[in-house]
This record gives sequence, structure tokens and C-alpha cells, in this order.
Amino acid sequence: MIAASRRSPLTFVVHLTVLALVLLWTLPTAGLLISSLRDKDQISVSGWWTALVASRENAVFRAPGAEAQVEENGRYVIRGNVFDGGTGTVSAFGDSVQTPTEFKAGETATLPTGATMSVAENGDFTISSPQPIPEGRGERIFYTRSVPPQFTLDNYREVLSAQGLGRSFINSLTVAIPSTIIPILIAAFAAYALAWMKFPGRALLIALVVGLLVVPLQMSLIPLLRFYNDIGSQFGVSPKGYLGIWLAHTGFGLPLAIYLLRNYMAGLPKEIIESARVDGASDFDIFVKIVLPLSFPALASFAIFQFLWTWNDLLVALVFLGSGNDQLVLTGRLVNLLGSRGSDWEILTAAAFVTIVVPLIVFFSLQRFLVRGLLAGSVKGG
Amino acid sequence: MQQLLFALVTIIAGVIGCVAYFVASNWLLDRIFPSKGRAGAIASRNLRIANMVRPWLFLTPALIALTLYLVYPVIESVWLSLHGRDGQQFVGLNNYRWMIDDGEFRQSIFNNFLWLLIVPATATFLGLIIAALTDRLWWGNIARSLIFMPMAISFVGASVIWKFVYDYRPEGAQQIGILNAIVTFFGGAPEAWITLPFWNNIFLMVILIWIQTGFAMVILGAALRGVPEETIEAAVLDGASPLQIFFKIMVPQIWSTIAVVWTTITIVVLKVFDIVLAMTNGQWSTQVLANLMFDWMFRGGGDFGRGAAIAIVIMVLVVPIMIWNIRNAAKEMEGR
Amino acid sequence: MTAVRLKSIEKSYGTVKVIHGIDLEIEDGEFIVFVGPSGCGKSTLLRMIAGLEDISGGTLEIGGEVVNDVPPSKRGIAMVFQSYALYPHMTVYDNMAFGMRIAKEPKQEIDRRVREAADILQLTDYLHRLPKALSGGQRQRVAIGRAICRDPKVFLFDEPLSNLDAALRAATRIEIAKLGESMPGTTMIYVTHDQVEAMTLADRIVVLCQGRIEQVGAPLELYERPANLFVAKFIGSPAMNILPAKIVVTGAKTTVALSAGAEATLPIPTPESAKGSSVHFGVRPEDLTVTTGATQFIIEGTISIIEALGEVTLLYADVAGSTEPLIAKLPGNQPFKRGDTLRLTTDPARLHLFDADGKAMR
Repeated sequence: MIAASRRSPLTFVVHLTVLALVLLWTLPTAGLLISSLRDKDQISVSGWWTALVASRENAVFRAPGAEAQVEENGRYVIRGNVFDGGTGTVSAFGDSVQTPTEFKAGETATLPTGATMSVAENGDFTISSPQPIPEGRGERIFYTRSVPPQFTLDNYREVLSAQGLGRSFINSLTVAIPSTIIPILIAAFAAYALAWMKFPGRALLIALVVGLLVVPLQMSLIPLLRFYNDIGSQFGVSPKGYLGIWLAHTGFGLPLAIYLLRNYMAGLPKEIIESARVDGASDFDIFVKIVLPLSFPALASFAIFQFLWTWNDLLVALVFLGSGNDQLVLTGRLVNLLGSRGSDWEILTAAAFVTIVVPLIVFFSLQRFLVRGLLAGSVKGG
Repeated sequence: MQQLLFALVTIIAGVIGCVAYFVASNWLLDRIFPSKGRAGAIASRNLRIANMVRPWLFLTPALIALTLYLVYPVIESVWLSLHGRDGQQFVGLNNYRWMIDDGEFRQSIFNNFLWLLIVPATATFLGLIIAALTDRLWWGNIARSLIFMPMAISFVGASVIWKFVYDYRPEGAQQIGILNAIVTFFGGAPEAWITLPFWNNIFLMVILIWIQTGFAMVILGAALRGVPEETIEAAVLDGASPLQIFFKIMVPQIWSTIAVVWTTITIVVLKVFDIVLAMTNGQWSTQVLANLMFDWMFRGGGDFGRGAAIAIVIMVLVVPIMIWNIRNAAKEMEGR
Repeated sequence: MTAVRLKSIEKSYGTVKVIHGIDLEIEDGEFIVFVGPSGCGKSTLLRMIAGLEDISGGTLEIGGEVVNDVPPSKRGIAMVFQSYALYPHMTVYDNMAFGMRIAKEPKQEIDRRVREAADILQLTDYLHRLPKALSGGQRQRVAIGRAICRDPKVFLFDEPLSNLDAALRAATRIEIAKLGESMPGTTMIYVTHDQVEAMTLADRIVVLCQGRIEQVGAPLELYERPANLFVAKFIGSPAMNILPAKIVVTGAKTTVALSAGAEATLPIPTPESAKGSSVHFGVRPEDLTVTTGATQFIIEGTISIIEALGEVTLLYADVAGSTEPLIAKLPGNQPFKRGDTLRLTTDPARLHLFDADGKAMR
């Protein structure tokens, strides 16, 4: 914080505090990521923070009935494996629901019927009876097993195909990319005019843009929905479609785009522009050859903003896009899953991670521009 | 894939269309009012006219989009809020009267004020503290990056993340939500946090605070770094303690930036919708205006009058900030 | 013919008038310098000639043609900016070629002229560097090179040296002087607040103050015969001493009584009516000499500050009737100390007299 504190004993406290805050900020996301990679049965029985150590769970296995018995040396024996094809290590077992951990693995239990039962660590069990085992349901074996940590991509396979997230991923891309590029183009020209051309009403227009910056999106939804519906019925097309949402995102993104770019362009050295004018460049030349290349950082900042915003948007997509498979975006799909599969965490965590992975990549690779844009938009402007 | 191709074609067509518009309109302007090779007076007259028209060529597409998507809707919303559910019948102030009597609306207003009170203050304060703490840390950049990260996550994604944190299992069962796991670890009883009246609002706010703190941190961090080193050194020489330096020397100097961060987060709060929709959809008294409005847009086939009236309320809440922003921008323009 | 003619040029921003009817004729091939304190309108005037500012009133002719409404690129001018205004994303070559490319000149011609200019300015090795990889002096040369490439009839400089350090400034000043000589057909208009630049570069200097021309003339003319108090104080360093005085004898020669004590007789004729009127008496610090004779002195004062600079010594003396100290610039070291009484005299021909309105009396 301050030069003097660097050497003070407070430094240690500062380190600890920041570490705690960072943990607080990252743990929720980490939990999501780890859970999404866990086996779906494990997610629901143990916390994700236990994922790296073996988990213990109580389970029950019903041994096959009398038809499975074979006669061996005068005893009637049923053999099998409690894991039924799975893996794990049995640590204890029992024969009733009240005493599921009565015996250690390898010990032999005597059942009320007189038969004996033993379960080995690897899950192999033997039920042995001096008399033939009567017809009826098989014996239930209660056991405790420890399962080694298991990570799997099954959840992702499931959500990407069966839950339709793969399709929604493409839909989201379809929405986000044009919605990012179109407003940049339009805004760049307008920003140049507002920054470097003189005309009556310029100050008023800038004030308008600043004002529109904070107009809640909610204001626009109903009128636009009506407008789109009118257009749709007028021309016999569906009012919900990609063109509509691209234009909507363009409209909603324009104030910030114009504002950011204008601030940046107005900050370019005046003499450079004048020099170009003396060199004989027209406004169009100056814009294309001087201002646009020099404004690259601002363009990049806005592009990142707009991309994150359109990718992460739910409201506009809900209103202007249909709910069919070919139009549902990731955020919409995730909300639907929250409703229909609200407790299936293996689906939700994997789906949530699919929706946030692109923004996270964008964020970590282009953070520099994002920060610069934020600063240009807030500190200078207000 | 076909769809992506469609998108790609649209992008290319859009870009070409835009560029073509600007090139063609400029060319046409120079054609109609030529200044080259004309006699002095005509040339200069034409040049003047062309220079008066040209800014508007640059501005037209943006102005059309802004008008259609933002200006017209604001006006139309006012008109709609005075009409019935399908926007045909004039009902005067009935929608507003209904609103005042509606319990759900009152709940939303109350909750919105709670959000306004708590979220901007907490996020700004935390952002300021973190910015100050991480400033001189050798791993400060990594720390800031991680705290800033939620900015990139959608509100819906964040809701899922936090719903998982708040997950509730009946007492005795193994808790898989970390919050309940901690509570039970210390001997408490697990709670279904999301359904806990009143407090569940706070738990929803935590999500937005989690997202917005990074934003506050980045901006305030830059502002703190902009504080002249000399003023701090002077304070050190005057014998001020680190805390005194922070609160009495640095914070006052970045006051205007704090205000900007505060208002920006306030705007976000007023529009908050996704979090409530995804977490509770307004159940258990967590309704907020934006979600209520969305609800009325589609509930029972949609009541546009009431929806618009609620939108107007949100707008009215935003207006003071809007005016403040415009004034600041105007002040800055004068300085240029 | 590339004479530049300004006829009652005016500039106002809204209701605020910043240039008040400037009349000036700049001859073909002349090197003219606009000088004045900051805010005097010299840069605005230059920018109006360049076409970067609208002209609110009057007419501007370049080469006999009224160019008030002609865009900058069509006026046959080139301009070197204070901050150089190089295009940061273009190489030195592209910077210099930009204007010709806009004008769609043939490629070979562009190449030829860029290389020629680079050759003159010793930039050939740097043609493919970006401006940020150049030193301040090199950037300055690129800016000049860019202007040369345009082959202008009128060359405009807007404080081109003020971003350079002292040593580089002197070197570049000399280069600009050479450039001016090597382009005899090109009219040069140069804006600066630095009187050394003005004195060394100019054929004629235009002194501006608050949007008005105070005096136009050759450098030494301004120094020796300032038309008014403003020019007198502006040209020369340290500035001319101005003391209040009263005319006591009129005629072919004028005698004034200084409140600082003595009387002085100047070879300036005054009418009878001027007798008794208050005037400003001016004498340059470097024109003063110390006198030991008790009756020969013109001014008497008490030394308050001594600044020994080696080659010269500046003596600050408090004199009666003036709140500002009188300054004398004397050669070498001087055996004075604070509190000493200083008596000074001078050649009467080097004295100046200004009337109550500040106009020079001649």
C-alpha cells in the first residue's frame, strides 16, 4: 500500500488477508470445475473438496437368490462380487441395515439362518449354508467401501450431446460474433464524427449518448417486441430470429461503443489529425488511415466488452430469440436446466462450465485490453 | 455449422454493406457538391455545404440504431404504460395505481432498495480494500486477476456456481454445498439458504458483489496509482500511519472515481434480472423490479401495460444518475 | 509569386475576439517570425494561414489568390508542428510519403522525393523505422522532411524547437536557418515565443500581443528602435529598464528628470507642449556603464542583488520612484557588494523615451 508498510510486520497480515480473499473469490468457481469432472454418483454423496481423497460410502448389494447356489463339499454356496463390475475397496460389511459395519472385510459373519457370509476387500463375497438355501429374494449385503478419486469427462459428453449444449454453443457463437462486429463499425464512424468533425448539435449528441448509456434495457423490450411482431406479421416471417437479435445487440451496445471510442479518439493528438489534413487527407482518409489504426486498443476493448456481454446475455436472448433447439443460447439452456434438472449437479456443473469457458479464455488472454477499456470508460468519462 | 456459415456471411455482408455505405455516400456527396476544378466562389460554397453534410453521413447509421432501439422505446414505454394489456385501450394511470396496491410490486421495490443499499457499497468498499492491499504485493497481479475473473462469467453461470455453494441437504446427510458443509463442520444445522426469507436476498446479492468487486478493484486500483506519490511521501514525513495515509490522503483524492464506480454498479443493480430468475425466479420474497417486469411481459400471454409501467419505474430510478453523468461529461467537454 | 498577404484578418470564438484585424504583407521567399508571449494569438494566426482555423473576418491571399475557403492541402503550404505530429503507426518513409500518396502521385516520384528529403536531413538509415524508435531530434527532422516532400510554396513552423533540449535546440535552429537559405523561393513563417530563435532566424519579426501587431521589422531594428514599451520590454534579455520621468526641456533635444535622481538629455525632438508631461525612460541593462564621477551619472541606486555569471555580472539596484529593481549588465567581474551605491551612465543615443501611452518618441 505504502512504501513504509513494506517492511512492517503488517506485511504478513496483508499477505494472509489477500490470500483469504482470493480463495473466497476462486473457490466457488473451482468447486464448479472440480465437480463437473467428478463421477456423477460421487458428486451427490460427498463435497467436491473431498474429491482428491478416497471417499467412503455405504452401499447395499442384494446377492442373487437360491437359483445361484452351487453345492460344494456338502455346503450350498453363492459367490459373487458386491461391486457388480465396479471398483473399490470394502472396509466393513454387515447383514442388516442396523449394523452395516459390524464385520471387517475378510471376517466371517453368521447369519440368523445359520448360513455364514464373508466379504473380501476386493468385494468378493461368499454365502455358505449347510442346508440348501430356500427360494426367495437374495440376501442383502450392507458394506462400506472406499472409492478412489475418479475424474471423468462423461458429464461433458452428456451435456454437449444429450442436453443440447453443443448446439447451444454454436447458437451462442452465432449471436455473439456479428453482435460484436456490427456495432464497432457503426460506432467507429459516429465516434469519429463526434470527436473530430465540427457541426452544430455535436455537444447535444454527445450528451444524448452519455444519457443513453444508462437507459435500462428493460425499457426497450416491450416496444421492440411489439415492433418486431408487427414487422413479422407484415412480412410473414418469424419475429424471432438471429437478424433481430444482432440488430438489437447492436442498438444496445452502441452508446457504450460510441462513448468509449469517442473518448479515445478525442484523446488522440490534435496535431496528427491536422497534419494529415495539411497533407491533403479527406475526413474519410483520416478516419481510415490514421484514426482507425491508432484506435486499435479502444476497438479491442470494446470488442471484448461487447463479446462478453452478448455471450453472457440472457434477457435479450429470451425476448428476441425463439426457444427451439436451433435458437436457444447457452445461458437460456442453462436456465432451463436449472428448472428441469435442478438437483442433477453433474449436469449443471458441466453445463455451467461450458457456458463460462469461452468468456474465461477471452478474459485471461485479453485482460490487458479489458482493463484499459474499463479505465477509459469510467475514470476519464464518468 | 450451416448456421455459423450464415452468421459469417452476415458479418461479411454487414461489414461490406457498412463500408460501402460510407464510401458511396461520401463519394456521392463529393459528386453533388464538387469543389475540385470549380471557380473559387462555387468551389468554396460547395466545400462548405459538403463539410456541413458529411458529419451526418458518418452519424446516420448510429443515429438510426440509437433512435430505434433506445430513444423510441423510452417514449413508447411511457405511452404503453398508460394503456391496457395489449396496448390498445387507454387506461390513464390505472397501471400505476395497480402497482402501488400490488404486494409483489411493493416487495420488489423494497428488495431493489435493499440491493441498492448493499451491493454498490459493499462491492466498492471491497474493491477499494483489495486494490490497496494488492498494490505492492509481488503476486498482486495474479490476485487481482483472479478476483477480477468473475467479471467474465455470465450472471446465469455465476448463479449456478453459487447455487452449488448454497446447496442444501437434510440434516444428517453429507452436505455437498460448501456453505452448509462449513456450518455443519462447526456444529450448526444446515439451512436451505435460498428459501430463508429476507436473508435469501443477501445471499443473492453476494453473487452480484462477487462479480462486481473486481470491476471496482480495477478502476480504483488505477485511481490509487494515479495519486501523486509526493502527497503520500509528504504525509509519511508528517508522521501519518499507513491507515491514516490511506483514508485521509489517498481516498479523498480518488473520491470522484469512487463516485463513478458506485454509480456504475448502481446501474447494474437496477437492471439485475438474470440472478433472480436463475436462483429463485422471485419466489420466497426475492422479487426485484426487472424480474417482475419480465414476468409481466409474458405472464398470461403478457400484459404490456403493466410491464411498461414497471419499466418506467426502473427508468425513473436511473434518471438522477443519468443527469449526473451528462453534467460531468459536459463539464469535461468544456475543459477540452 | 508566393507572397502571403493578410488583410484585416480577424478571429473570434463566439463573442470573444482573439485576433484584431491583422494587416501584414509577407514577401516571396521571406523568412518571417511571429513572436509574442503565450496567448498572444501567434499560433492561431499561423493556423489560420494553414487553413486549420476558420478566418472570421478579412482576407488571406497566398500567391495572389484569396484562400479563405480553400482547404489546407490546396494552399500549397506545409507545416511542422510543435509535437512533430508524426503518424505513430507509419514508418519514417510512409510518414513522408503520406501526403503524396493521398494526392495519388506516381510511385517513382514519391520514392524520389522521399529519398531526396531523407538525404538532405540524414534520415536515409532510418527510413524504415517507426517514429517511436527515433530520438527527439530525429523525429523533428522527419517532421521537417515530411514538409519538404510536399514541396511547399509556404513553409509553416509552429514552435518546432520547444520540445528539444537546449543543446539540440541550438543545433536544429542552425539547420533550419540553413534550410531557409537553401530554399530561397519558399516563404517561411515561423512561430516561437523564444526571442533568440526570432532574432537569429528572421528576415523580419512580427511581435504580437493580445491579437494585435505591436511592431514589424528586422531583428536589430526591433532591438534598437522598439516602437513601444511592449516591444522594448519583450526584445532583449534581461528586459529594458523602464523608469518614470518628466520632461523638463523640450526642443531638438529633450531633457528629462528622473525620479531616480539625475537628469538626462536625449537626442529626441519634442514639441513645446510636451513640457512637464510624464514619460517612460528606457535604457537597456547592457548599455549602462559604471561611472565614478560624482556629477556624470544619470541613475543612482543601491545594489540589492549581484548575479555573477562569469562573462557578465548582473547588478540589481533599488532606485527611487520605481518598484522594480534596475538591472545593469556589466562585463566580467565587478568589485561590488550588496548595499553599495551604484552610479550609472550611458551613451545618450542609446536611450529610449516612451510617452504616457507607451509609444516610442522619436
